[in-house]
This record gives sequence, structure tokens and C-alpha cells, in this order.
Amino acid sequence: MIKELLVILIASSLVNNVVLSQFLGLCPFLGVSKKTETATGMGVAVIFVITLASAVAGAIYQFILLPFDIAYLQTIVFILVIAALVQFVEMFLKKFIPGLYQSLGVYLPLITTNCAVLGVALTNVQKNYGILTGVVNGFATAAGFTISIVILAGIREKMTYNDIPESFQGMPIVLVTAGLMAIAFCGFSGLL
Amino acid sequence: MNSAKERLVNGIVKENPTFVLMLGMCPTLAVTTSAVNGLGMGLTTMVVLALSNVFISLLRNIIPDKVRIPAFIVIIASFVTMVELLLQGFIPFLYDALGIYIPLIVVNCIILGRAEAYAYKNPVIPSLFDGIGMGLGFSVALTCIGAVRELLGAGEIFGMHVMPESFVPVSIFIMAPGAFFVLALLTAVQNKVKIAGERKGKDMSKIQSGCGSDCMNCADTGCAKRLIDESKEKAGEEEKKND
Repeated sequence: MIKELLVILIASSLVNNVVLSQFLGLCPFLGVSKKTETATGMGVAVIFVITLASAVAGAIYQFILLPFDIAYLQTIVFILVIAALVQFVEMFLKKFIPGLYQSLGVYLPLITTNCAVLGVALTNVQKNYGILTGVVNGFATAAGFTISIVILAGIREKMTYNDIPESFQGMPIVLVTAGLMAIAFCGFSGLL
Repeated sequence: MNSAKERLVNGIVKENPTFVLMLGMCPTLAVTTSAVNGLGMGLTTMVVLALSNVFISLLRNIIPDKVRIPAFIVIIASFVTMVELLLQGFIPFLYDALGIYIPLIVVNCIILGRAEAYAYKNPVIPSLFDGIGMGLGFSVALTCIGAVRELLGAGEIFGMHVMPESFVPVSIFIMAPGAFFVLALLTAVQNKVKIAGERKGKDMSKIQSGCGSDCMNCADTGCAKRLIDESKEKAGEEEKKND
């Protein structure tokens, strides 16, 4: 059991990296990666939300959708649940843990309909993961997101001092960097 | 019929969602490993976009302003589910190839963006053609990107061998890094066109690289706001002409 979870942990965080090999959550990856600080904040918020969302979505799938034989409604249900969950988490943090809210709050609304969150919930269903396995998979996927966004932010901080051709300034050079990172992450495929 | 034609041209050329507005980049990168997959994804998105545009336009006087985004999402998600089941039943090879990216059409910001910027404010027929036009523009773009990646990565187009025997496929182009490189070149070309245009003093504000920061949130901030501003400007211009 533990071995199986460990394999999922490595596979989802490094080998099948959510951004660099599945292209989910690309927008925050490109948009919020100018500084390492904000990138880390975003990463932690994503870990928090995806882990929670995969637990809730997994529970709803197992205990509501399957028993009532309405699994085909998964897309609609998941997206509404995720959107509501993020709102709820935001309110909860604001009221009860203001310290955490101050550091994560800005990023939460940005994650509401992030495709990575929905993507993880759907992958868990597609691969027939149980709730525990689903949560581990969610955490690993989000950790993979955090690893790659922090690395990209680090590179971008250094890149501001470089002389980049006019047409490649801004988004294009970031995409080239992401491509090179994707090649590097291909190296992890030998791990499993 | 004139406005219908105008909407089609607008979607395919003037405001092409991929090449000009840079919306919906996640599926653009993920499924364009071959021309067929790109075309399939584009057409699937077009069907959802046209249907949701029509439906939202029909309901535009009923949906309260405050809950319009959740309402849009539910409508879009319903159509996506329908299309997904149809694909699973009738075109299984495409269903397998596109996989998880079909349900993820729900969070494609082109659809939510058009609902917010056009369908929610316009009558049914123009909204339908707006959806078809935008969808065709998206399909054309995805097919082109897919064809380039397939040509370089496998030496084929639409599964037919076109490159000479001596050509060694650069297989990285059909792998994940290739997608980033193709998009990087695309945005670089876009930047070039924009810079050259601005030097000549043309208004190039419509060309965007990337959706500000986040496509998932474009419904209420980034893209949609920009799209709305543009449609407002256009409406203003038309009014001036009418005066």
C-alpha cells in the first residue's frame, strides 16, 4: 500500500509534472512566476486547495455520484463543488486564521476554476483512485506545480538582467525557458 | 446575413482566439500533437461554444447579473458533458486521444469569455455565428499548430507521410517540450508583428500575448474585461457612424 502511494507521489510530482507535461494550470504558471516569493505563495495555496478539493471531490464521487448512478454528472458537480469550496476556504481563513489568510488570501480567488484543480479531480476518477489515493495524488500533483513554478520564478528573476532580442521579450522567452525545463523533467521518466 | 458573415470573419481572422487574443492556451498546447487531434479538439470546442452561446443568449434576460458566472459555468458544463458522451459513443478514437482535455473544455476561457463578452448582451442569431466563428478560428489555429508539430516531429500531416525518406523526425516536437517551443515562436512572431505595427503608428492594442495572467480567472477580471471593453468601443463606434 505504502509502496503504491510512494509511486504515485513520485509519478505525479516529477514524472508526469502537471504543468510541464500535462499543460494544466499553465496560466498561473506563466502569470504569477515573476518573483520567487509570490510563486511560493501561489504554490502553497495550490497545494492547499488541490489536496482539499481532491478529498471533497473523491468523497462526493464515492458516496453520492456512484450510489445514485449519476457518475456522468461528474464534470458539472466537480466544478461547482470546487468553486464553492474555494469561496468557503477563503471565508473560513479570513474569519478564523487571519495570519494564513493574509499570506494566501490573494491567491485563493485565482485558483477557483484553475484547470489543474478540476484536472486532478477528473484524473482521480479516471484512474479509479480511492479517496486516500486520490488525496495523495492531489497533493503530489500540486507539489509538482509548486516545484516547477518556484524554479521558473528563480530563472525569471535572473533573466531580468539579460539582453533578450526584442521579439522574444516577455512571454516568448518564458515559454522557451518552460520548454527547456520540460526537457529537464523528461529525465525523471527513468525513475519509474 | 451581413452580421453573421461579419461575426464569422471576426472570429476566424480579426479576433482569432489563439493567434490574436491568445486565449485557451492549455488545450492548445496539450492536444496539438497531430493535426487530427487539433482539428478534433477545435471542432469539439466549436460545438460547445456555439450551443452555449445560443443558450446563454436565449436566457440573457432571465439570468440575474450577480450569479451570471456560475450560471454560465453550469450551462457550459452541461453541454460539455453532452458532447463528451456523444464523442465516447460515436467517435471513440478521438475520445481516447483527447482524454481528460474534453471535460476540461469547461474551464477553457474562450467559452466563458465569449459568453460574458458577447452572448450575454446580443440576440440569438449573431451569438450563434459568433460562437461558430470563434470556434472555427480556434479549430484553424489548432489544426495549423498540430500540422506543424506533426510535420517536424513525425514527418507526417494528417497521418500521411510527406517528408522524404532521408528526413529524421525531430521527435521532441510531438513531446511536451515541443509544445512550449512552438508556442514561444508563435508569441515571438506575434510580438514582432505588434512592434512593427506600432512603429507605423497603427493601433495594435487588440493583439495580446497571454491573457494578462490567468485564464481561469478571466471571467471576471483579465480577458473578459478586455473583450467587453472592445465590444463597448465597437458599439460606440457603430453608434457614431449611425449618427
